[in-house]
Amino acid sequence: MDQFFFAAEVVANGLMTGVMYSLVALGFVLIFKASGVFNYAQGVLALFAALTLVGIQQGQIPFADLINAAFGTSLHQFGWTVPAVLAIALTAGVMVLLAFLIEKLVLQHLVGQEPIILFMATIGLAYFLEGLGDVMWGADIKTLDVGLPQGISDAIEGATAEWFGYGFFIDRLDIWATLIAAILVAALVAFAQYTKQGRAMRAVADDHQAALSVGISLRFIWVMVWSIAGFVALVAGIMWGTKSGVQFSLSLIALKALPVLMLGGFTSIPGAIVGGLIIGVGEKLFEFFIGPMVGGATENWFAYVLALVFLVFRPQGLFGERIIERV
Amino acid sequence: MIYREAGDFKTSYRDDGQTFPIRLDRWGYYAVLAVAFGIIPFLINDYWASAVFVPLLIYAIAALGLNILTGYAGQVSLGTGGFMAVGAYSVYKLMTAFPEISIVIHILLAGGITALVGVLFGLPSLRIKGFYLAVATLAAQFFLVWLFNKVPWFYNYSASGQINAPERTLLGHAVTGPATSAPAKYLICLVFAFVLAWVARNLTRGTLGRKWMAIRDMDIAAEIIGVNPLTAKLSAFAVSSFFVGIAGALLFAVYLGAAEVGEAFGINKSFLVLFMIIIGGLGSIFGSFAGAAFMVLLPVLLKNVLVGSFGWPTNLAAHIELMIVGALIVFFLIVEPHGLARLWALTKEKLRLWPFPH
Amino acid sequence: MKTTFTALVAAGMMAAAPAMADLVVPNLSYRTGPYGANGTHYADGFNDYFTLLNERDGGIGGEKIQVPECETAYNTEKGVECYEATKDTGALVYNPLSTGITYQLIPKVGVDKKVLYTPGYGRTSGKNGKVFEWVFNAPANYWDGASVAIKYLLDENGGDLSGKKIALVYHNSAYGKEPIRTLQGLAEKHGFTLSEIPVDAPGQEQKSQWLQIRRDKPDYVIMYGWGVMNQAAIQEAANIRFPMENFIGIWWSGSEVDVLPVGAAANGYKALTFNGVGMDYPIYDDIKTHVIDPGKASQGGSHVGSALYSRGMYAAVVIAEAIRTAQELAGTAQISAEQLREGFENLEITPARLEEIGLPDFGPEIKLSCDNHGGSGMARLQQWDATAKQWSLITEFTEPDQEIIAPLIAEDSAAYAQEAGITPRDC
Repeated sequence: MDQFFFAAEVVANGLMTGVMYSLVALGFVLIFKASGVFNYAQGVLALFAALTLVGIQQGQIPFADLINAAFGTSLHQFGWTVPAVLAIALTAGVMVLLAFLIEKLVLQHLVGQEPIILFMATIGLAYFLEGLGDVMWGADIKTLDVGLPQGISDAIEGATAEWFGYGFFIDRLDIWATLIAAILVAALVAFAQYTKQGRAMRAVADDHQAALSVGISLRFIWVMVWSIAGFVALVAGIMWGTKSGVQFSLSLIALKALPVLMLGGFTSIPGAIVGGLIIGVGEKLFEFFIGPMVGGATENWFAYVLALVFLVFRPQGLFGERIIERV
Repeated sequence: MIYREAGDFKTSYRDDGQTFPIRLDRWGYYAVLAVAFGIIPFLINDYWASAVFVPLLIYAIAALGLNILTGYAGQVSLGTGGFMAVGAYSVYKLMTAFPEISIVIHILLAGGITALVGVLFGLPSLRIKGFYLAVATLAAQFFLVWLFNKVPWFYNYSASGQINAPERTLLGHAVTGPATSAPAKYLICLVFAFVLAWVARNLTRGTLGRKWMAIRDMDIAAEIIGVNPLTAKLSAFAVSSFFVGIAGALLFAVYLGAAEVGEAFGINKSFLVLFMIIIGGLGSIFGSFAGAAFMVLLPVLLKNVLVGSFGWPTNLAAHIELMIVGALIVFFLIVEPHGLARLWALTKEKLRLWPFPH
Repeated sequence: MKTTFTALVAAGMMAAAPAMADLVVPNLSYRTGPYGANGTHYADGFNDYFTLLNERDGGIGGEKIQVPECETAYNTEKGVECYEATKDTGALVYNPLSTGITYQLIPKVGVDKKVLYTPGYGRTSGKNGKVFEWVFNAPANYWDGASVAIKYLLDENGGDLSGKKIALVYHNSAYGKEPIRTLQGLAEKHGFTLSEIPVDAPGQEQKSQWLQIRRDKPDYVIMYGWGVMNQAAIQEAANIRFPMENFIGIWWSGSEVDVLPVGAAANGYKALTFNGVGMDYPIYDDIKTHVIDPGKASQGGSHVGSALYSRGMYAAVVIAEAIRTAQELAGTAQISAEQLREGFENLEITPARLEEIGLPDFGPEIKLSCDNHGGSGMARLQQWDATAKQWSLITEFTEPDQEIIAPLIAEDSAAYAQEAGITPRDC
């Protein structure tokens, strides 16, 4: 019986972790759907957003190190702090600006190139943003605090202890992440279904040429999609940054999102969510039950192997658009 | 005026089909070989060997391997780091188990073992395509790294799981181990790079290469005209992994001398090699070398300029270096999406017409 | 055009290598990459102590010390490049703060005749000077750390750990795997059960590991982590309400950057250390007057006094003392790396000497010899106070259990000697 409860607890936590992965994967899907770009920089976008958020919140002077090195000054802080909500809004503004610049300087010049070239361009972009984030805000580990609670949820532990005689562990941050992810997905779906821009976005995703011919501005849509992806990255950055501090490693969460994408399909928003849940539960269960037998630390590869097995049966992912090949 | 083909007559098919049809190119090629084999070994010191030439040659071999798979056969792979690890650990096991056999044979065998593993992980490519395949090869990357980290047999039960290359000699000169001289390191890598590049060139313009390219351009169409996708794809994986395995073996045995799988053969290595072939040019032998040169030399160059000449703090220099590398990658892709090899080809076109462009 | 470009490239490729007449101690640091946040503090401490010596005393024995810094990003290939770029500039000793780079350099330093000083990291069996002539890892190594932690737990439990459960959470790399054999030996000796829980780098997602700990309820958790793994582990431990005072990290898991992101929940977390912490040492007055106030502090002096800064400074202190010893032995101020090696082998840092430096009780007493390159292995524990945001030392320096460690070192160094074809020298 105990084993059953342990398993249930692991599944519950796996689902929660899966939501965290989905948050990162969402950004990939949005951009891939609208522009066919496999945006490797999504993880770095999350890092950049989180760095900017902390920087604005704590009143850091951007490019302090560079200014100090160039002029021999020793500037670090403006000496004020910005409330969390305002800081998030400002950061979102920065992400929109960034989306605009990316479109203007990079994507515009690469229209019609092969997917792999676009993919490489986003890797170049990832390098650039990683360096930029560090130059702007410094490479120290930063504490991100926008008021999200963390730690075991007493209510759930108490309730489950009463019902089953075994208190479940659920992280409060995970509950919040799930709520926020749900709101985010609902908002995205509503946006895509019911607004003019959203419909234009779906039209572009269906067919660039046709969308152009009915007078939709591709450039505007791309800027918009990258802005939304930047915002999603900001949300992911907040969640992951609250969890383990804002630092270089935050950008590596992109690697956790890739199997989610494979599994769910590159073009499906529900796929990103369901894929995240499957990967989260799968890797946690495997690590928890099989891991100790084979020496542990299996999570990194198991997620990929799991996705690979799925792909062998469904090469376009669970929810991906069916690949039709013609000669 | 100088660079032209007029007057350079071909009297046989053989002449016409050669790699460097223009005389000047041929001379240039012989000159590069003469410098590489005849002059550099006498001038090279430890710094130039370890920081520049040895990594350049080793990465060029890896890039050749990946280029065969991605550039010629069209299968995007992000498992290069894992396959290099297979090469490294194979050569380590072989070196320590059979110390009396020549290291060259061990390195070739390591390539062979990697080829087998590559075929195994290449099987999903029969069903999975494009980016899905790229991400699927990451499964190989992560699984192989985990395996080498976890199973003590691979690292001969050493306390920390590090592997160390013992000293092995070739023709009386040490080529692995700490006492290896700079010219010895350089020459063994150069010989491997030269021979493998030659092999790659001749494979890719033969039947096999044409099959790969047919698969790359459209696999269904290729199947209809009689190319067996199973053999074509798997042979691409095998040959590619053979090259990559040799690069991994050299990287560990000759260049680094000690390695830890997660650090030396991690996911970054896979991306690095993919960068090289895209910057250099997909489906080009020259591009593999050019891309490797670009990615190996640029960071060293930037570091020396920023830190050495401008005297900037190292962290700032490192961050700005990242920005410059990133910006240059984007810039090159915008200017010439087909890589340095295409730029080179365009330059040659222009040169042929120079000084009368019209 | 093409030739000028080639010449430019060639010129750029040449590492700027001015003829350095001074004592050269390269700092192979990392301020970027996954461990950059930790490496920065260490590198600053290392730089600042030598700056202090240069500014206050005019160097060591009248010779200025040059500390050219080279960024490795914790990457072995960049580490090799840094080593090759600096080794011909008269470099005396290397301290790369990376187990991976250390393993690379161990065979190389033997050939190039450079000293490799790896305090608290690197290859543990480097302690055996008979095999590893050029490697020094005083005052303590990974295995000492594991043993001191267990000793502390023994003291806590009245000398008896039988029946207790101890979990080792480790960075799944060469570094993290180091203590396993020692702990297994100690488990056998003291009768506790050991469970090993690896965490793959980078390690920001450790939920399943900590759920496992929550299920198994070990009495104590020992951690060998680095980088983001530390913060994530401490956070998860707090999340499952694992008692922080039963959670002990190795010295690389015990710096401010590891506990600060977790906030108040990290209160009571313990970590090993082999150097003092905090700013209550007379030397900081000198550092303030000679280094910080004139604006010569490394990176603006924003990390002065942190745990890793102190450790970097301690490494610099030991190197400086070894240089001083070498100068006395050689009778010249301008020493070579060979002479520095002699200096290390005859190094003696007494408590009185530490007091003289301005760092009373900052480190254990060090006395090295031809066969002992690792010192006594003594370490102590520090505990985090989340309200005061500082570490405090909670034990005195404790000796590790050499009965377990010595045979392991002999075995590992013998294996290396055989593999590398080294005949151990007589001491």
